[in-house]
Amino acid sequence: MSSKRVLIYSIVTLCLIGLYLVSRRAAQKPKSAASGNSAPDFTVTDINGKKLSLSDYRGKVVLLDFWATWCTPCRAEIPHFVDMQEKLGPQGFQVIGISMDDEAKPVKEFYQQYRINYPLGVGDDKLAQSFGGVLGLPVNFLIDREGRIVKKYLGATEVSVFDRDVADLLAQH
Amino acid sequence: MIMKKHIYLALVFVFLFLLSVVAQEPVLFDGTNPVALSFQSTSAQGTALPTNDSIPQSALITPADLANQLQSARQKPLILNVGPHTLYLQAHIPGAEYMGAGSSDAGQQKLRERVKSLPKNAPIVLYCGCCPWSQCPNVHPAYQLLHSLGYTNFKVVYMTADFGTDWIDKGYPVAKGE
Repeated sequence: MSSKRVLIYSIVTLCLIGLYLVSRRAAQKPKSAASGNSAPDFTVTDINGKKLSLSDYRGKVVLLDFWATWCTPCRAEIPHFVDMQEKLGPQGFQVIGISMDDEAKPVKEFYQQYRINYPLGVGDDKLAQSFGGVLGLPVNFLIDREGRIVKKYLGATEVSVFDRDVADLLAQH
Repeated sequence: MIMKKHIYLALVFVFLFLLSVVAQEPVLFDGTNPVALSFQSTSAQGTALPTNDSIPQSALITPADLANQLQSARQKPLILNVGPHTLYLQAHIPGAEYMGAGSSDAGQQKLRERVKSLPKNAPIVLYCGCCPWSQCPNVHPAYQLLHSLGYTNFKVVYMTADFGTDWIDKGYPVAKGE
């Protein structure tokens, strides 16, 4: 057996190992919902038992809020979202809340306690993964009137940032 | 004859390839042969641990240190997820068992049941990563429970932001589903 052949076999084996590791890493890493991509449509049952589909709000500027009742920074944002919905709703703005709670009961209680004036549904892992994974809360997506994701907000965000970005997007149309 | 040699050599390389794959699979701690792992408590990547937290620094482990240990140690600690189920289903540390939220009665009960049969020096790692460390409702109650039950060789993963930022974005291994 020539040393050349041994070298070739070694390279092929190393390539196989490399390919395996790369494919494994790629499979493990969730795809990200990048800005500019169309927001994936979904349909869930909202807290009042009605159908809630993202596509029903096409034509509006949507702030899609992934949150949970046990998430302190999420709770802190919600009163401001209620205000934004009230003030900017007539201009074509819509907040949609998707709770990542494991049960609907605390969400219903929260909905009443905070007098939420926008649709609220309970999501699951599949819905979260369709948006690139929600692996920490809060996560918000700003979606334009054509259904494109304009911006993703990871973690607690200054409410003034939401105000500015939504105002900019509303002004574009 | 020469053909045979090629086949044998190819088989040897395939064997080596499979061996390398198998070698990456972690051996998880099952409680039958407890080994006190020597956890490192300082980060290899410079993450500063909190000084004024109700969980002492000695009970914390950074994601980088845990990832290193999972890669290098032959026997892995028992890893228990004490966060929300929807987040666990999306992605979790390979081999981690789901206990339920550490802040819930159900989660506390399941955690209690899971460790009941283990020796007090069993190597255990708790983690959540649902939200920023200081606002996580789950890790502190879970820590308090194990501490009150007398476990001495367990660590809590210090995730400053969340599981996505502190684990997945760093390229550490993840598993999905149940």
